[in-house]
Parts: sequence; C-alpha cells; structure tokens
Amino acid sequence: MNQNWFYRKSSIKKLWISAIIILVLTILAEIFVTLHPHFEIEGLFGFHAFYGFLTCVAMVIFAKVLGYLIKRKDDYYDV
Amino acid sequence: MTCSLFHPGLLLILSGLIIPFLQGTRRTLFVLLIPCVALISIWNMSFGTACSIQYLDYELTLINLDALSRIFITVFAITVFTGSLFCCKQAKSKELAAAFVYAGGAMSVVLAGDLLSLFIFWELMALASTLIIWSVQTEYSWRAGMRYIVIHLLGGVILMCGISAYVNETGSILFTAMQPNSIGTWLILCGFLLNAGAPPLTAWLADAYPEASFSGTVFLSAFTTKTAVYVLLRGFPGTELLVYIGLFMIFYGIIYALLENDMRRILAYSIINQVGFMVVGIGIGTEMALNGAAAHAFTHIIYKALLLMSAGSVLYMTGKRKCTDLGGLIQSMPVTAVCGIIGALAISSFPLTSGFVSKSMVTQASVDEHLLWVWLLLQAASAGVFLHAGIKFPWFVFFQKDSGLRPDEPPINMQMAMIFFAAVCILIGIFPDFLYGMLPYEVNYVPYTAAHTLTQLQLLLFSGLAFFVLLPLMKRTLTISLDFDWFYRKLAKMISIFILTSLCNFQSKLSKKVSALKPGYYIDGILNIRFSLAMGMGLIMIVFIISLSYFLF
Repeated sequence: MNQNWFYRKSSIKKLWISAIIILVLTILAEIFVTLHPHFEIEGLFGFHAFYGFLTCVAMVIFAKVLGYLIKRKDDYYDV
Repeated sequence: MTCSLFHPGLLLILSGLIIPFLQGTRRTLFVLLIPCVALISIWNMSFGTACSIQYLDYELTLINLDALSRIFITVFAITVFTGSLFCCKQAKSKELAAAFVYAGGAMSVVLAGDLLSLFIFWELMALASTLIIWSVQTEYSWRAGMRYIVIHLLGGVILMCGISAYVNETGSILFTAMQPNSIGTWLILCGFLLNAGAPPLTAWLADAYPEASFSGTVFLSAFTTKTAVYVLLRGFPGTELLVYIGLFMIFYGIIYALLENDMRRILAYSIINQVGFMVVGIGIGTEMALNGAAAHAFTHIIYKALLLMSAGSVLYMTGKRKCTDLGGLIQSMPVTAVCGIIGALAISSFPLTSGFVSKSMVTQASVDEHLLWVWLLLQAASAGVFLHAGIKFPWFVFFQKDSGLRPDEPPINMQMAMIFFAAVCILIGIFPDFLYGMLPYEVNYVPYTAAHTLTQLQLLLFSGLAFFVLLPLMKRTLTISLDFDWFYRKLAKMISIFILTSLCNFQSKLSKKVSALKPGYYIDGILNIRFSLAMGMGLIMIVFIISLSYFLF
C-alpha cells in the first residue's frame, strides 16, 4: 500500500472537494468584480469558465480522433 | 575594419573554442564567467551601430544595438549562464563548446545590422546546434541530427536565395523592416519561418531536440526559434499572414503534445505552440503586440529552459523519458517537481508567474484591434496550453500512477539552476516592470486588474477540470504521431527502395545481355542504398520546391 499523501484515497477525495469549491468560487467571484467586456460575448456570466472547459474538451476529442489516423507504434521509423 | 566595441557574440564563439582545453573547476568557472561578461558588456554599450567590416563591395555591420536586440541578448546571456550552471559538472566538453558557439551565433544574428552577416551566423547556429545533438553519440541522435541539419541547410539555401534576390532588387544589404511583396522578401520570410518551426516543415523540432542529451535540449530550446522570432520582429512586423501561421502553430503544438508520450517531446511541441503566440503578435504588428511578442520570447526562454531542466533532471536520474515509464516522482524528487510545476504554471500564464504578464499583452493587442476571432482562438489556446503542458507534463511525470521509481534529486548544481530560473519566473510575474522596462516600445499596460486575473483563473482552472474529467481519454500509449517528416523519413525511403530495385533489375538484365554478346564481361554494381536514398530525397525536395513556388508565385 502506498503511504504517500498524494496516493491515499482520502486525500484524493479531499483534493476533489477543494478543487470543486475553488471552481465554484471563481465563478461566483464574478458577482463582486466588475468586468470590462470589449466583445459582447465576454459579458456572459462565467464565459471564461465555460469557454475554457468546452474548448479543452473539444481539443482533447479532436486529438483523440486524429490519433486514430496518425498514431503509430513508437518503433515505426526503426523497422 | 573598425570595431571599437566589444562583441558579446564573438566572445561566446571564441570561448566555445577554448572550452575543450579546460577541465574541472577551471572549466566550471570559465563557463559561468563568460556569459556574465557578455551580459555586463551589452548593458554598458550605447545604442547604435558599430563594428563595421568591408567585405567585397559591401560593408558588414556586426553590431546594431537597440532595445529590441538588447532584450534578446540579455535573455540569451542569462540562459547560457543558467544552462551552464545546470550541466557544468556533467556535460561533455564538446557539448558545452558547441552550446557556446551556438549561443554566440544567436547573439551575433541578433546584433547583425545587415543580411550577409546575419546569414553567416544563422548558418553557424545550424552547424553548432547539430553538434549539440550529435554530442550525445547515440544512433538515434546521429540520425535525428542528420535530418535536422538537412532541413536547416535547406532553410539556409532558401534564405540565401532570398537575400541574393533582395540585394539585387534594392542594392542594399541593410536588415530593416520589409514587406513580403517580391521574390526576395518572400524567400527571406520562408527562411526565417522555417527556423521558427512554421508549417509545413514543423516536424524537425520535435524530431531532433529530444534526441539531444539531458542538458543539450535546454540550450537547443532557447536559441533557434527565438532568433527566428527576433528576425521576424525586426523584418516583418505587421505581416497579416503571420497571424494565421501563428494560430496554426499554436494549435498544432497543442494537439501533437496531447498525443505525445515522450516527456521532452511534449515540451518540444509546446515550443512551437508558444512561438505561435509570438508569431501572432508579430502579425498583429501594433506596438502592444510587438512588445508582447518580445516579452513573451523573454519569459518563454526562461520557463521553457526550466521545464526542460526539470525533465532533463528526471532523464539524468532515471534514464527514462516516456510518460508510460514514469510517475510518482514527487515522492523522491520534490525540488525537481516543484521547479517543474512552477515552469508549468508560467507557461500556462498563471497569475503571479512570468507567462501571465507577457502573453496577455498579445491577447490584449488582439482586443485593441477588435479581432474577435483571433482573440477567441488565443483564449482557447491559453486554456489548451494549461491542458497540454501546464498539467500534462507534471501530472504524468511526477504524479499519476506510482511507477515505483525512487530516484534521488539531481546534483546540487542542477538543482541551483532550476531554483534560480523558478525564482526568475515568479519574480517577473510579481514585478513585471523589470521586464516592461526593457521592451522596445513604451508599455501602457497593467496586467493585474481584478477582471483580468479572475477571467484568466476561470479559463485555466476549468481547463484543468477538463483535463481530469477526460483523463481516461488521455491514457498514454507507446506511440508516436505521424507528421510532415513522414515524407522524408518514410516516403523517400520507399521511393529509394523502388528506384534501387528497378535499377538492380535493369542492371541484371543488362548484364545478361552483355554477357550473352561478349562472354566474360559483366557490369559491376555501382548502385547502393545511399545513392538511391539521395535520389529519393532529391525527388521529394524537387516536389516540395515546385509546390512551394506554386503557392508563392
């Protein structure tokens, strides 16, 4: 059994809970901070959070699909 | 020749030639002292041109110093110092010597006031950087170095053609801002872009850099692409095409890094990604954007060297470089891990790190110019950087599954180099005026507003959430990804084998006919694989150049 703090199940749970609290707080903080949107789309509540999340999901899925086409075994050029 | 001033580039080149004759403490002191002398000398020089040499009918200007060249020389000198500290006790003399010549070449390119001396030092960089790759002396590094030098010599030929045409058109060899509106300037632009890692020949970087030694990659990451950024900044500011090329490089870097398993190749792809931000800034071309590109080059060199030192330390202590073999190293290498994480936060432009105060200037420039789509793509890319480098590198190396490896921390000099650069990343992040004061134009930008800090945190933290939610999709596999190098690594080989077989068949048929006519005569085989490979490569190059010229003209 791994004794290191990072690998204990209880710590992973704690990390997830604190991460979710921080994420929620960063969105709620928008209530108290005046944004100065230059583009209209920037003014949507929580825009950067949703945009960051969704574009990353899109990039991971795109990479995954592209991977099926261009991934080869790592000795591809050696044989 | 009139040269009243001290030339830091030539100092480093000459020092590189002396290094092989030094050993032990003398070598250590020498490699640490010389970059400091170069740094002090550049800050004691006044702006303007100096050091002129008459060559044929031309006057070469070896020193043309202004704020733009000084900021690049400064960061180059700091990187040579810290890179030398990182490996002064471990690296082979030939690698250190090549690194000094390489860095000296880069400084000389930055100082060059004319296209001819720029070209000479440009090529010197190509040769010296190849020697860094070869100094590790493995079969892989030999082959990768050969591919690297062929691509760079091709770039050199394109650049020389461009310079010749440009000098023929204008009668001047002065290196000033130009527009891509003639054959000469187009070819110069292509030559510059090749070194920046622009498409289509992007693959050389991720192919060659990770094959160098644990320390060689640190030097390699700093100079070639950033010298290219410098010459683009000086030569082609405001060229709209660069916005699109930069955006391509940004997303190319992210996607390929997401697919990659080798930790140093992940970082190599992210060099292209980060240079993409600078190229976009140069393409936008306003004072804010150009300041942003120069500032980002400065901060990028430092945090990228830090990341590669962290990865290099892992490689040095474990001998492993694939994410599939690593994991859990935070337990026995906390200093290396923390320094790597600081580098990862800086590359992701986390508030209070250097990347935050530099990259946001490029993004702000796109806002100022009302470029909505460019801004949207840059924001998506900022989130993507955190995904592919900011979390992926530290996660797969220092956390994820426990690989069972328990290596010690690297030697003290390596730790000191990492801690120094980690501190620089944070200090620039907290006190950006130090960096802003060096930029070529006056800075009217405040990075730390409540709105900017909050929106950046939202973007990055939710990008991090996406990483952990999609972690099952990112399971590492023992794979590589095909790239443009497939054409010269696989297709050229296939064509050459085809040529070889056809010629062998032809030869044996001919031999039979000759011996039937004149018994006792036969035709000896002069054909071999090298000959055929050269034919194959030649064909590929011809097709490439024809297609290039089709698109250009």
